[in-house]
Amino acid sequence: MTAPPPESVFQARGLTKTYRMGEVTVHALRGVDLDLFAGEFVVLLGPSGSGKSTLLNILGGLDTPSEGTVRYRDHDLTNGDDGRLTRYRREHVGFVFQFYNLIPSLTARENVALVTEIARDPMTPEEAIKLVGLADRMDHFPSQLSGGEQQRVAIARAVAKRPEVLLCDEPTGALDVNTGVLVLEAIEKVNRDLGTTTAVITHNAVIADMADRVISLRDGRIAGVRTNATKVPAKELKW
Amino acid sequence: MVIVSALNRKLLRDLRGQWGQAAAITLVLACGVAAFVMAVNTLGSLRRTQQGYYDRYRFAHVFAHLKRAPDSLAGRVADIPGVAQVQTRIVMPATLDVPGMVEPASARLISIPDRPAPMLNGLFLRKGRYIEAGNRGEVLISEGFAQAHHLEPGDTVFAILNSRKQTLRVVGVALSPEYVYQLGPGQILPDDRRFGVFWMGHTDLAGVFDMKGAFNDLTLTLTPEASEPEVIRRLDALTERYGGLGAYGRADQQSHEFLDNELKELRGMALVVPSIFLGVAAFLLNVVISRTVGTQREQIAALKAFGYTRWEVTLHYLKFVAAIVLAGVAVGVVTGSWLGRGMTEMYSAFFRFPEFDFQLDPQVVALAAGISVGAGVLGTFAAVRRAAALPPAEAMKPEPPATYSRTLVERLGLHRVLSPAMRMMVRHIERQKLKTALTTIGIALAVAVVILGSFGKDAIDHVMVAQFSVAQRQDVTVGFVEPTSRAALYELEHLPGVVRVEPMRAVAVRLRSTHRSRRVGLIGVRADASLVRVMDIHTNPVPVPPDGLVLSKKLAELLEVRPGDSLEVEVMEEDRPVRSAVVAGLVDDFAGTTAFMDLAAVNRLMREGDVVTGAHLLADPARRTELYTAVKNTPRVSGVIIKRDVVDSYQKTIGENILKMRLFNVIFAGVIAFGVVYNSARIALAERRRELATLRVLGFTRGEIAQILLGELALLTLTAIPLGLLCGYGLAFALIKAVYDTELFRLPLVVSDWTFGFAASITLVAGVVSGLVVGRRLGELDMVAALKSRE
Ligand SMILES: Nc1ncnc2c1ncn2[C@@H]1O[C@H](COP(=O)(O)OP(=O)(O)O)[C@@H](O)[C@H]1O
Ligand SMILES: [Mg+2]
Repeated sequence: MTAPPPESVFQARGLTKTYRMGEVTVHALRGVDLDLFAGEFVVLLGPSGSGKSTLLNILGGLDTPSEGTVRYRDHDLTNGDDGRLTRYRREHVGFVFQFYNLIPSLTARENVALVTEIARDPMTPEEAIKLVGLADRMDHFPSQLSGGEQQRVAIARAVAKRPEVLLCDEPTGALDVNTGVLVLEAIEKVNRDLGTTTAVITHNAVIADMADRVISLRDGRIAGVRTNATKVPAKELKW
Repeated sequence: MVIVSALNRKLLRDLRGQWGQAAAITLVLACGVAAFVMAVNTLGSLRRTQQGYYDRYRFAHVFAHLKRAPDSLAGRVADIPGVAQVQTRIVMPATLDVPGMVEPASARLISIPDRPAPMLNGLFLRKGRYIEAGNRGEVLISEGFAQAHHLEPGDTVFAILNSRKQTLRVVGVALSPEYVYQLGPGQILPDDRRFGVFWMGHTDLAGVFDMKGAFNDLTLTLTPEASEPEVIRRLDALTERYGGLGAYGRADQQSHEFLDNELKELRGMALVVPSIFLGVAAFLLNVVISRTVGTQREQIAALKAFGYTRWEVTLHYLKFVAAIVLAGVAVGVVTGSWLGRGMTEMYSAFFRFPEFDFQLDPQVVALAAGISVGAGVLGTFAAVRRAAALPPAEAMKPEPPATYSRTLVERLGLHRVLSPAMRMMVRHIERQKLKTALTTIGIALAVAVVILGSFGKDAIDHVMVAQFSVAQRQDVTVGFVEPTSRAALYELEHLPGVVRVEPMRAVAVRLRSTHRSRRVGLIGVRADASLVRVMDIHTNPVPVPPDGLVLSKKLAELLEVRPGDSLEVEVMEEDRPVRSAVVAGLVDDFAGTTAFMDLAAVNRLMREGDVVTGAHLLADPARRTELYTAVKNTPRVSGVIIKRDVVDSYQKTIGENILKMRLFNVIFAGVIAFGVVYNSARIALAERRRELATLRVLGFTRGEIAQILLGELALLTLTAIPLGLLCGYGLAFALIKAVYDTELFRLPLVVSDWTFGFAASITLVAGVVSGLVVGRRLGELDMVAALKSRE
């Protein structure tokens, strides 16, 4: 039996991103060609400042490239029409960030509800929170949760709308190993059970072992792509 | 050292980054300070000018008018213990025929020494020269009258003196401390066209009025330890047999009383309104500063974590606050002095002082600055203390909401009908109760301040309409030279154009109840009077019963009497009989203290026949000119008041001043309202920038996050407006009670729909403009930056 050819959902071609800072120009991306395939788990690996976040933000419709093109299925993300990009994020993308970015005046449940209220076919906030194992913290405010718990709420919030894409920027960056593993397990579960195309940024090479593919960035360019023959489950990771 | 300068750099960047907010706070504060500095300094300048003028020109302490007394009486008056100096003189009324003026004008002729000599109520000569002994018909005239008629030294005026027409030659223009505020007989507002004071040589005036060796008016100064009531009592005893009308002190002297009243009112304006402005500005400064510093909670925690002491951190923010506060005070003081100079000029047109300078009192500036700095410093301390009291780790987390329950809206199930954005908004409002309350109070105060700044004109307009359109319908009021029989009315009825004549009988009396007494005019009116009716402040006619007195409510308060009580009535004329009368009713009128009585009852009280002292006339509009000329040439008539002129002169003087004052107040209040709303919006944006950026990332549209932020602003503004209108009404009430409830003048609490509407709309406009500005900033919200780090 031959597997059907993987379906490419993201196509980035010749992406560059430059920031002008007075006299100097910073090149965050220097020509990136990239495809992401439906349902795969990708880790973007690279040292700090190599352009990982910039790339992810462009894929997520938070930012636009200076040059090059980027598509998600039939959405052209190259040109930043704010309305179109907003609709794209709203309908297709879930985000998880290093600093969680929960709304402090809303409880965990309400933070998730924030997204389910504007989504087309969401799960209930309760389902989403159970998915990340926080059923007993439903009505806590962010300041009453630990960092790892907050990050899991953020994951629940990201996946509650059943997005096709989950983009995570250093989700374990601010967490210790044990907590980090819990968070990665939640992401892993979403990717496996919901078939969500998932991209996780990290500068921690260990985490790369749980991916289907590992894309390394260096200095704004793709330095290498590696396919893992076997994925290591998150709970077996050690660093 | 390097770190300190890094902190200072942070300070400058913060200021630059928040310049819009900083500018708004600066403006709000500047308005409070400007209003305060303007009013308090104008008041101070007026007080100093008044004192200096009174001292240098020997303004008398006691005044007495009588029928006729021999000059020798002066020596006996001087012997009264406590009397320092006595000045006797002749004071006579005259009707003037001024070229180019159809209506008659009236003058008060006052005798002065034939040659320049030190005198009480000394004259300041603005133009021309003193009279020359021996030159008949030379007069000095009051400045207001000279200006109104463009009279210069060398010009002539015709006057009816002692029923004879005479030519008077103006040789100089003068000012007297007795006439700083100059009212003609029966006038309630100054009218320089219609009334002037003429000073004439003693010998000359005595000749015209057959008063050689006699006088009919007397003023005196007191020694510092003298008892004024005692001197007055003895003086009255001495002048009684010469037809004395009862002496009175400065408190009852017309010019002084008005000036004092104006100063009292100005003090109300100066201390009450601007203090409220400044207080509101200080409150807002406090709130804004503490919230602005509050948004830096995490930075404060971080600084503390680096090892800065709380005091060093506080000092850092104090510098930020000081920059804003000092800028506000500086702008306020400059603007306030500039406006104060303008106000002072306005007053110098109103009050006749030889010179009148605006002086900026450093103490006032220090006080305004002190209040502002205090408010800012307190706000800073409170905010830094709140932030610094927490362990740094705790402070670096966002503050948890105080409540941990489902919001009211959710419990009511209303959230199901709200859009997600609206739900966010409601949750935020409910969870941040204190902030919501403070913002609402701030905006409500701004609305209230607008009302406070502008309702005064509503009240005065109301009074003007009540008085001159409803209560008084006559065209002309005339006074006779002396009490006359009713037959004189026929003469008036036959003057050209006269449609209706209504007689009145005015008597100067002193009303006494136990130890309290008041000099007032007792006015006899006919029960069926329709031209001039006794009315209260709300234009309800008050019936005058056939017997008994109807007193101004204020007068009853001063005498501590109630309807049914009996009063002693001492008539201050002729042989000064003492009678008694019962208080039959009260009238809540707006000006002066008056006693009304039925005309026949007054005649009975005086034990006289059908005697009248004046009349109100209604004229055929087409023949008014004719009537004025005729009245001018009626020898029996000594005083004429033309109502339309009173109203016009009101519009020209007080009306314009009130408009100007209201303009200032409205501008100040408007800026305050604006600053508050704008700042609330900006702070809300600053506090929630990161949150809103996150929502954008999650797929909320610009419109939706604008709804969350601006919807909240709109909701708070809409809640604050009715609250503010109510609060403004309350402040207006308090101000009326505190300031406009004097013996001379009382204002009803009237706030027009226009004022309410204006206060509401200026706040709405401020809300919309702030919304637009903040909305634009929302568009520029940098999603990526908000995600990169915690602020
Ligand atoms: N807003 C910005 N302005 C200027 N330079 C930026 C901005 N954002 C990122 N950069 C620069 O772009 C480069 C790549 O940044 P980033 O994508 O955040 O790296 P990574 O996530 O791999 O650490 C860095 O050198 C960074 O300094
Ligand atoms: Mg990054």
